[in-house]
Amino acid sequence: MKQMTYAEAIRDGMRVEMQRDPNVYLAGEDVAQFGGCFGVTGTLYDEFGPQRVLNTPISEAVIVGHAVGAAAAGLRPIAEIMFVDFMGCCMDELFNQAAKMRYMFGGKAKVPMVVRTPCGAGMGAAAQHSQCMESWFTHIPGIKTVMPSTPADAKGLMAAAIRDDNPVVYIEHKQLLGVSGDVPEGEYVVPLGKADIKREGSDITIVAWSWMMQKALAAAEQLAAKGINAEVIDPRTLIPLDKDEILKSVSKTGKLLIVHEEVKTSGFAGEIAAIVADEGFDYLDAPIKRVTAPDTPIPFSPVLETAYLPSEEKIIKAVEEMF
Amino acid sequence: MDLKKEQLLDIYKKMCTIRAFESKIVEIFAAGKIPGFVHLYLGEEAVATGVCANLETKDFIASTHRGHGHLIAKGGDLKSMMAEVFGRTTGYCKGKGGSMHIADVDLGILGANGIVGAGMPIATGAAFACKYKNNGAVAVAFFGDGASDRATFHEALNLASTWKLPVVFLCENNGWAISNSQKTHQNITDISDRASGYGIPGVSVDGNDVIAVYEAAGAAIERARKGDGPTLVECKTWRHRGHFEGDPGAYKDPKDQEEWLKKDPIPRLEKNLLKLNYAVQADLDKIKADTEADIEEAVKFAESSPLPDPQELFTDVYAD
Repeated sequence: MKQMTYAEAIRDGMRVEMQRDPNVYLAGEDVAQFGGCFGVTGTLYDEFGPQRVLNTPISEAVIVGHAVGAAAAGLRPIAEIMFVDFMGCCMDELFNQAAKMRYMFGGKAKVPMVVRTPCGAGMGAAAQHSQCMESWFTHIPGIKTVMPSTPADAKGLMAAAIRDDNPVVYIEHKQLLGVSGDVPEGEYVVPLGKADIKREGSDITIVAWSWMMQKALAAAEQLAAKGINAEVIDPRTLIPLDKDEILKSVSKTGKLLIVHEEVKTSGFAGEIAAIVADEGFDYLDAPIKRVTAPDTPIPFSPVLETAYLPSEEKIIKAVEEMF
Repeated sequence: MDLKKEQLLDIYKKMCTIRAFESKIVEIFAAGKIPGFVHLYLGEEAVATGVCANLETKDFIASTHRGHGHLIAKGGDLKSMMAEVFGRTTGYCKGKGGSMHIADVDLGILGANGIVGAGMPIATGAAFACKYKNNGAVAVAFFGDGASDRATFHEALNLASTWKLPVVFLCENNGWAISNSQKTHQNITDISDRASGYGIPGVSVDGNDVIAVYEAAGAAIERARKGDGPTLVECKTWRHRGHFEGDPGAYKDPKDQEEWLKKDPIPRLEKNLLKLNYAVQADLDKIKADTEADIEEAVKFAESSPLPDPQELFTDVYAD
C-alpha cells in the first residue's frame, strides 16, 4: 500500500496498464507536457514519450472518434475530454459510433477504449464546467460508466476500464482529485460491476457514488451519533450495476436513500429506485427517497452553488424524515 | 497509366458487380422484399473501384450510408452483404445492421455508417493505429460533398494533417446533399480547395473516369504509405438515383441527369477496354452476365437464409 491522491491513483492505474500493454496510449487536450488541465496525466509524457501520450487540438469529436477507429483497429486508447460538460461536442462519436459498433456489426468488432473525463461542482466554475451527467451515458446500451469515489477504487477501476473490451466512460470527480488514501502498488484491478459496502449499517441503505459517496459517509457518521446506523453502498460502476448488493442491503435495512450530484429528473437515482421498487418492494418499510441537485443549471455565485449541491445536512435531513 | 490488362478487367468486373448488386436492390426494394432504407451507389461505381484497386487487405476504409459500392470494391462477400440487406442471420451483421451498417473488420471495412461525416474521425483513428503499429497500412475515409460541411471533416483533417497520419480523405462529390445541390450548401466549386486550410495536397478528378480515380487515389495512398500524411481527393460524380430508394429525385434538372448519364462510368471504361484491345465486346458481355449471375445467387442465398431468432436481440451489446 502507498498513500496517493485520487489523481495520482488514476495516473498510476494508467501507468501500470501502459507498462503492461504497449497498445495502450493516451490522447487529449493538454495531456502531454502540460500534464493535463487538472494535472492527472502528470509525468506520463516524460515516462512514455510522444508516441504514447499525445496532445490533440481542441477537437472533441475527433478525440473520441479517432479513438473508436484506433480501438477497432487493435489499439486501446484512453481519450481525455477535459470536462464532462464538453461531451456534447463528441456525443455522436460516443453514442452512435463507439457504443453501437459492436452490435451493428453483429458482434464482429471490439471497441476497447476509455473516455476519461472530470465532473462535478463546488469550485465556482458555473454552468458549463461543473456538471455531473452520468445518466447521459447510462442511457446508452453498449458503453459502461465508471465513477470512482476513493483513490484505491480510482486505480483499480482504471485498470479494469482499460482492460475491458468495450467503450468505458470513466468519470473522475474534480473535488476528489486531491483526496489521499491507501492504494495498492503495482497491478491492481477492481472489477467493473462490483459494488463496495463503504460502511456497514442496519437501519437504512444509502447508495451514493463519486463525491457524493464521501458526503454520504460523513453524513452516516453524524447519523450514528443520533442513533441511526446507515449502510453506505458505493456501486462504483453504474453500468454494469451491482443491483444484487443494493437489494441485499435493502432487504436488511428496509429503507433506501439514493444520493447523486446530477440533477433529479431522469437522474440515475430514479433507475435504482425503480429497480428496488420492482424487485425489492417487499423489503421496503418507507418510500424510497432521493437527495440530488435540483433541476436547474449550476449557478456561479458560491452562495447559489452551495444551495445547489447535495450536502451532508441535506442527506441527514432526508434520512431523519424517513424514520 | 500503369494499369495492366488483368487489373483493368478486374476493375471492370468490380464496377459491373456493384452495378448489378445495386440494380437488383432497386428491383427487390420496389417489390417490398427488404425493410428499411437503402441508398444506392448507381453511377458512382468508378470511385470506390478506382480507389480500392490501390488497397490491400490490411488497409482500412470507413464507408458511408451509400456504402454497398465501397464494400464490394474492398472485397466484401456478396452473399453476406445481400443476406444482411435482407435482415438474415447469414448476413455480415447477423441481420442487426442492415444496409447502413455492413462491415467486415477482417477485410479492413470499418463499416458503412448511418451518420453523415462520422467515418472521417474513425478512419483517422485507424490510420493512427497503422502509424502506431508501423505496419505500412493506410486508411481511406469515403464521404460526400454534404459531409464536407460537417465539423468532423474539419476536426479529422486538422488532426490527421497535424499528426501526419496515413489517411486519404476521399470525397465523392455527387453534387447533392440529399436535395440540396452543391452550390446551395457551400460557397466553393472544388471541395479539394479546402485542403489548403490544412496544409495538405488537394486534388479534384473526374470521378466517372475510373483510371483517373485510380491514379489520383494511388498517388494519395502512396504518399500516405510513405509517411507524408493525408491528401484530400475529390471525385466529381453523380448519383443516378434519388438520395434513397423512394426519393424520385425531383430536385434534379432532367437535363443535368441526361448529361451525366452520358458520362456513365461503365460504358466509358468499356470504350477504353475495347480501344486498348484488352477485350472484345463478347468478353465484356460475359463479364456482365457473370456478375449478374453472382448477384442472382446472392439473392437466392439471402432469401433461403433463416430470419434471426428474437433472442438475438440481446446478444453483442457488450463484448464479454
